[in-house]
Amino acid sequence: MTYLAKSPWIVHYDGSSCNGCDIEVLAALTPIYDVERFGIVNTGNPKHADIFLVTGSVNEKNREIVKNTYDQMPEPKVVVAIGICAATGGIFRECYNVMGGIDKVIPVDVYVPGCAARPESIIDGVVQALGILEAKRKAMNENAGAAAKPAGDAR
Amino acid sequence: MTKQIIVPFGPQHPVLPEPIHLDLVLEDERVVDAIPSIGYIHRGFEKLVEKREFTEYVYIAERTCGICSFIHGATYCQGIEQIMNIEVPERADYLRTIWSEYSRLHSHLLWLGCFADSFGFENLFMAAWRIRERILDVFEQTTGGRVIQGSCKIGGVRRDIANDKLTGMSRDLDSIQKEIEELTTVFLNDDTVRHRTRNIGVLSRDDAYHLGAVGPTARGSGVAIDLRKTGYGAYDRLNVPVITDSCGDCYSRCYVRCKELFTSIDLIQQAITEIPDGPIDVKVTGSPNGEYFMRAEQPRGELVHYLKGNGTKFLVRSRIRTPTLTNIPPLVKMLQGCELADVPVIVLSIDPCISCTER
Repeated sequence: MTYLAKSPWIVHYDGSSCNGCDIEVLAALTPIYDVERFGIVNTGNPKHADIFLVTGSVNEKNREIVKNTYDQMPEPKVVVAIGICAATGGIFRECYNVMGGIDKVIPVDVYVPGCAARPESIIDGVVQALGILEAKRKAMNENAGAAAKPAGDAR
Repeated sequence: MTKQIIVPFGPQHPVLPEPIHLDLVLEDERVVDAIPSIGYIHRGFEKLVEKREFTEYVYIAERTCGICSFIHGATYCQGIEQIMNIEVPERADYLRTIWSEYSRLHSHLLWLGCFADSFGFENLFMAAWRIRERILDVFEQTTGGRVIQGSCKIGGVRRDIANDKLTGMSRDLDSIQKEIEELTTVFLNDDTVRHRTRNIGVLSRDDAYHLGAVGPTARGSGVAIDLRKTGYGAYDRLNVPVITDSCGDCYSRCYVRCKELFTSIDLIQQAITEIPDGPIDVKVTGSPNGEYFMRAEQPRGELVHYLKGNGTKFLVRSRIRTPTLTNIPPLVKMLQGCELADVPVIVLSIDPCISCTER
């Protein structure tokens, strides 16, 4: 896994979840699961982050915050929706203040199942996100290369 | 007069695992006022009682909060049992108490970790969470779930714990206790920790009482309230000491929680010694008709489930009042006069659980 030569940083936001998934995200950072051994660091600053972990669904009040946090992250970026609430709204989907999964507001790359999602599956989701991140980075570099070369240039 | 500025704190902030927003009114570095605003995690699931049968609603009540999930489920079940006059078998009462105390252990260890993180002691954060994993292992072995257990139901519990497993758990607790002793020694005796917590965010006994503080926040200020003393579940058959401290600062609140870890271990040991054999559930027939206020002690303080039924399968009203909500006015009081750099420590010191608060 050569792409782990880069150290991906994570920013985490709790939508309207029961925080079961949130503490499992934190648990993934602690000694038993320890994602820091891969160089994965939890940061509070969206401008430092490559991966956006969202737990819980969106509601009227937090949709702007989810969107802002996503917009502030530099390209390339991936979004991992953790837990069934982040995917569809889960057990709370019929509540009056739940709009549904976070894909209603921002594009999602990886969905991690579970209620609450287990740390193992969160790590698996993040590892899959790393692959997507690398693919996005490559595509971005190729596009940048194509843009730098003037069209119709024969050299 | 010094110019006042407003600094927003949250909802997305490194120290907060969950979103809460505070507008901090500053004069230079000093906080003169804090204006909280909540609602980022409001789901409105209390209204789901109209769509879910009262037996199914246990799962939703449990997901009020992922940290004290078991206690939420158990409190809801006890409320319904009170309305329907169901006598729960004694073994089920004891099992609920054992799981509740394990919840308290895991919640307090989680808090100690987050608290250490708030004053920048990352090593201690890791140490606390390492011990916490051992508690979660017990949950996983006995209920199948790490943070959401789903083992409580109306009329009893869903799973039994075999007696030899209980003996094993008791042995395991002895070694957990040693690790916790080592951990709390650092929290209570380390100079760095003391500097960051002593005389920070002081809440006087009168303020704690009049502003309605509950749980360790109140007990840290010398108000001896502990709902376990009311004797719900199996607590009436166990010896529950109430731990208080008089200073009312962040250190006191930390002290109360550190000591409560040992209380919880002791309660589990007592329950394991005394647990009787017998059935773990009774058959439930009919539907609840009437209303009840069920009060219970959560790791963060007093939890109230108000339930009202009209004789159908669907409840008319469920209202949950959680400890963090009542601890917010005391928090605002603590923040007045503190320094900006101490705000994360003080906010963490009430053990905020936002998903409970906003439901």
